Order: sequence, then C-alpha cells, then structure tokens
Amino acid sequence: MSIWVLRGLRDGVVTTRWPARPDDYADAWRGPARPLAVAALTPNPADRESLMSIEALCPTGAIAAERGGNVRVDQGRCILCGHCVAARPDLFAWSQGATGPGAAALTRNQLIVPELPETDEAVEAARARLRERTAALRRSVHIRHVDAGSDGSEEWEIQALLGPVYDIHRLGVFVTASPRHADVLLVTGAGARGMTVPLRTTYDAMPDPKIVIATGTDAVSGGLLSESDMTTGGIATTVPVDIWLAGSPPSPFGIINALLVAVGKLSRDPNPARLTTGPRGGRRSR
Amino acid sequence: MMTLGVKALGDEIESRVDVGDRFAGLFATRPTQAAGSVGVFGSTPITLSAHVATPGGIDTLEASLPPGAESYPALTPRLGAAFWYEREIHDTFGVVPEGHPRLAPLVRPGSPETPGDRALPRHVTGYGMFTIPHGPVRSGVLESIEYLVETPGEAIPHLNMRVFYKHRGVQNRFAGMIAADAVLLAERTEGIASVAHALAFSHAIEQIADCEPPATGQLIRVLYAELERIANHLDVAVRLADAAGLAVATARLALHKERVMRLVSRLCGSRFGRGVVVPGGVSAAPLLPPAQLRTELDRLAKPIADDAAALMATSSFLDRLRGTGPLTPARARQHGALGPVGKAAGFADDARLARPYDAYRALAMPPAKPHVAGDALARLRVRWEEADQSFRLLRQVADDLSERAPDLCSVTCEPSSGRAVGWAEAPQGEVLYDVSIEAGRITRCHPRSASFHNLVLMHEVFTGDILTDFPFIEASFGLSVAGVAL
Repeated sequence: MSIWVLRGLRDGVVTTRWPARPDDYADAWRGPARPLAVAALTPNPADRESLMSIEALCPTGAIAAERGGNVRVDQGRCILCGHCVAARPDLFAWSQGATGPGAAALTRNQLIVPELPETDEAVEAARARLRERTAALRRSVHIRHVDAGSDGSEEWEIQALLGPVYDIHRLGVFVTASPRHADVLLVTGAGARGMTVPLRTTYDAMPDPKIVIATGTDAVSGGLLSESDMTTGGIATTVPVDIWLAGSPPSPFGIINALLVAVGKLSRDPNPARLTTGPRGGRRSR
Repeated sequence: MMTLGVKALGDEIESRVDVGDRFAGLFATRPTQAAGSVGVFGSTPITLSAHVATPGGIDTLEASLPPGAESYPALTPRLGAAFWYEREIHDTFGVVPEGHPRLAPLVRPGSPETPGDRALPRHVTGYGMFTIPHGPVRSGVLESIEYLVETPGEAIPHLNMRVFYKHRGVQNRFAGMIAADAVLLAERTEGIASVAHALAFSHAIEQIADCEPPATGQLIRVLYAELERIANHLDVAVRLADAAGLAVATARLALHKERVMRLVSRLCGSRFGRGVVVPGGVSAAPLLPPAQLRTELDRLAKPIADDAAALMATSSFLDRLRGTGPLTPARARQHGALGPVGKAAGFADDARLARPYDAYRALAMPPAKPHVAGDALARLRVRWEEADQSFRLLRQVADDLSERAPDLCSVTCEPSSGRAVGWAEAPQGEVLYDVSIEAGRITRCHPRSASFHNLVLMHEVFTGDILTDFPFIEASFGLSVAGVAL
C-alpha cells in the first residue's frame, strides 16, 4: 500500500491552473470549423452551383452560403471532420482554444458564426435570466450527467474532469449521483428516443434552480444522427437547454468552460476572463 | 459467399464451429426493399447473413426465408452465441425465430411513451428474492444501460440487461451516405474505439473498390489503432482501481490515459484519432516527426509499466479481482468470446494475427501469452500485456516511419458497387463491418462491435460473486454500450 504514497508524489502537481492561469493545451485546442473573416465567395457569389458545392462540403449541413457571398458555419452542427478546412482553406479554418469562438454558448444561435444580427440581444437576455437563477450556485456546483445516446467519447471527457489533470473539485464543482442534489444537468448524446423519459424524469427530479448543458454537437443538434425515428436530433426537445457546447466530443477544457459560463463565473469571450478567486501558485499542467 | 436453405444454414455454421471456426455474427436484411427503412411486417423476403471467422478471413453464409415467411427455426438452441443476434433480428424485422428462449426487446425500445416494460422481471423465485433496477441513469458518469440484478441480498443468481435505451438508429443512418461521410459515422458508432471502427469500415470499402493504402498510410493506421488500444486499456485499469478505492492508483492511471490522449491530439488534432482513417489510407501524416514520436512513446511507456507493476503487486487490489467474474474456457470457446475477455479464458482469436491487415502483415508481433483463469484478474493481465505489445509495435512504427521518405498517405478509393466484410481488432475485440454499396452510395452497413458480441456473456459470469463485485466485473469487460445498442 505504502508504495502508492510515494508514487503519488512522482510527477508533482499535474493539475492545470486553467482558467486562472493560461494553459497551453487549452489554447491549442482545435475547436469547430469557422469561416474566415474574409470569407467572401470570389468566383461568383450569385452562382448557385458554387454556393451549393460549398454547402455540400459539410456532411451535417452546418455550412450556409448566402447569395450575398456570406458564408456561415453553424458550429452546433460541426462534427470537426475537417472536410471544409481541407477542401477550402481559403474559406474555412479551425477555431482555436477552449474559449472564444467555438466555446459554450448561451443561445443556440450564438453557435452560428459569424453571428446573426439578432444574436447579441438574445444572448444578453439569456445571460440575465441565467444570472438570476445561478447567483446562489457560484461557489458549489453539483452536476448530474445523463447519457441520452452518446457514442461513449463524451463520457470519457467528462470523466477526465475528475482526474488529476483537470480536477474540477478545485473549482468547487462536484459530480453527484442523485438528481435531487444536482444543480447542473450535463446531457450527452443525440437524444435517443429510449432515453427521452429517463432524461425528463431526471430533469424533473432536480430542484430549482437548475441548468441544462447540451454537451457536444450530438446533444446540440444530433450531429450525424439528425432527427429520425430513433433520435430527437439533439436534446432540446426533451429538456430546456441553457448552455450549448459544440464539439465531437468537446474537450475537457470546453466542458469546464461551459460549467463556468453556466454559473456566471466566466463569460464567452475571445479573451477569457481570469478568475480572481482560487488557490495561487502551483505548476502548469503538462 | 455461400447461399443455403434456412435449415442448412444452422447445420453449416454448426459443422464449421465444430472444426474450429468461430461464429462471428448473424443479421437479417430485406434486400429488395429501399435500404435502411424498417420493413412492414412480412412484406418482402428476408435474408439471413451469418459470418464465420476462419484462419484466413471472414466467410459469409446466406439463407433466404421463403417470401412472406414470418418465422424461421431459431439457431439459438443449437448455437448459443446467436442469442442476442436473433433478438436483434426479431426487434428489427418482427420475424420470429421459432424456439428462441427469450424474445424480449434488445436493441430497439418500445414506443416513446412506454420505453420498455417497467415491470421488473423475475427469473429466480424464492424466499427473500428481489430485483435491483440499476439504470439507465446510473450513478457516476457512465453510458446508459439498465442492469436488473436479481438477488437475495448478496449473491447474484441472475442478471438481466436492457441495452435499448440509447439505441440511436446508426445502422439506418448509414444508408444513402457516400463512403467519405460514412467513415465519420463509423467513428461515432463506438466512440472510444473510433479508429478501429473507421478501419473495419475502410477495409470493407477498400475491398469493394479494390484498392490498397500505401505502405506509409498503413503504418500510420497502426500508430493510431495501438494508441487507442493503450488508452482503452488504461481506462479499464482506472475504473478497476477506482472500484477498489485506490485513490492514488486511480489518479496515476488517469494521468497516463490523459497523456496518451494528448499525444493522439498532438498527432492529429483529435483526442480520439478521429478524421485520420479514410477509405484508401489516412487523411494526413502525423503532425509530430517520427523521432519526436519515438521520444514521446518512450516517455509514456516506462511510467505506465511501472505503475502497472505496482498495481499488480497491490494485494488488496488483486484480492478483489482474483476469481471474480470467471468465464470458463469452454464457454469462451463455445461463444467465440472476443478480445481480452476471450484471451483471458484461453480463447485468443486476434484479428491482427489471424487475419492481419494493414501494416500488421509486416510488423513483428509475437502471439500473446495464454491465460486460462478467465477471471477479472486474467482480463487485466491480458490488457497490460496488450498495452506492452502495443508499445513494441509503436516503436517499430516510429522507426519505420523515420526510415521512410515522405510518401503518399492515401490513394484514391472510389467504390462503385459491391459488398464486402471488413474487420479490425478494437481494444474490445474484433469489429466487423458488412457493407453494401450501389453506385457509390451505401445501401446497407451492418457494424458488429465486440461490445455487442461480448456483453451477453455478463449473464454468465456471476457465479459465486456478490453485489460489491459488480463494478469490477463490469469494468473488467471494458465494453461500450454505444457499440451494443447502435
């Protein structure tokens, strides 16, 4: 038994300090695809065929090329396959980093880049509603996870949060077995119809205030498993979603970011707000 | 492919299994109907396809039911391994395998309003017997499955499983896709074995298109497949150590797993190796040069081996695993148990050795040590040996890549029409893809994960084990529900 005491000291502190301190791995994370700022269709914006060929690059229909030459990507549908980035590097690129573009959003439309004109006000309204409900949760957040038809990878990334590298306990976030003790519902998966009732039952069993995070592209839109007689194409038809997180699967940093956005500790910002509270010192994670 | 009568199909499989072949799967299709759609009861004839693994490949045997037939004599009474396969056929097509012992829903839930029968089944009766429903929403961060544990308090005389909750209709979704998109869905069929599924699917497509990936592409495929194996085996070790309450061991092993996944993401951008394997090869060369890859591998291998050795010397841990959830060698052989579950019980049929593909044909890979105990401890031993072997393979891959001039990673692979079976050895065991394509679009794709084939064996390993052994047995199987319910 005692061998483990010494082994526990071997690598020193491996826990990330993110978001209080920057983390190289979080910053290097490859997020969903985004259109480049200069994405204007040069050959002929009015040419229907070229517009359609750009939209056809995406297996999940996340790309919308408008007649005016605007190209939008719905990151809530992006499964990070990279087909568009490989075929048209002049139009598309990966979004970078666990925060900023491609991070957790407060409304479904906020995942569409460049954003739609009405998004700003809707996001502000959503933020205000969320703030009202989560003011009491900031220092201690309990999560319940429900798998509503995931491919199994999202569970690995959530489990990673409990490991030594991400260790969400340092942020006052805990996983709980009982929905009665839960503040946040992390839902993964495309919304398998067999899970509709168990998911709803879990949600109903949670006390108010409660927050639902659609974790991953599958949970947001169904991803490749769009609506069918076996899935609801995302979980929003079963439970009201507060936070939308793209990614197939999302990175552990992305999930931490979503949790912090949910309780109002972070806002979705290209230059992530640094937490002012929390223990100081320690090494950067490797 | 061999076409037979329904009765002859059973005879043929039985005689093949008798001479040492392995029953690898059974499923039904309705060929004349628009692919993918769920058939109206008995409208068009149904074809049964069985897969039998032989030393050199996978044979497909087919039998057509007479038109309008709503039933056929079940194979399960003579071929126990067909138990779940025939339930799946019954779920999907409504056709009744006559004489099947239990035709409860398996992969498809009932109507959305009444998902499954909430009444708790009782198979064992007696004084003080009760059923513990565990799931589908379980404690901890786990995939959705419901275990119905029938118990008088401690022992587990009977276990029942309901896997249909997270059925996603993956198989139907394949229909109509082009191969380049469908490989992405294959990756998401069983997300923790993305690479193996993409490989098995791509192998089928490459057979149809009659193309072969370039040597560099084949090496890179092995690179990701073996890193995936190490990550999965570490995940099982994490769960076992966690179940035993070894906090430091759990943290150490989780750290190793995270480092393996970070290495994968530094190589290709995805922590699960997604988007790498494409029909015809791989999408891109690794982002790290081979020399640096070699250094990273050495940096990973030693601490993993050290902690594995320490874990396997921790007596309080071994006590929980030794003799827990034993699968007898006879049963493993009879069922054709796959992957570490089979290997731990003396039945080793590793696709990388028996039916080698990609660079495994050229790489040196000594056969695994035989195990016969069949318990959770043997399964973990197999995993450590496999992880060790994976590192040896990876070093060969890194060396081969560094000696090789930069080369094509893939060839054009455009399948037009045909049908083929592809396979790959996932961390859970052999994955099979039976793919049919017409005019470049998939008409039918039937994935068969090792999880589906192996999970049914959980019914049989609780002899003498008690409730607190449950997490050890479940973790030691190392399966993914996503690959079962599809």
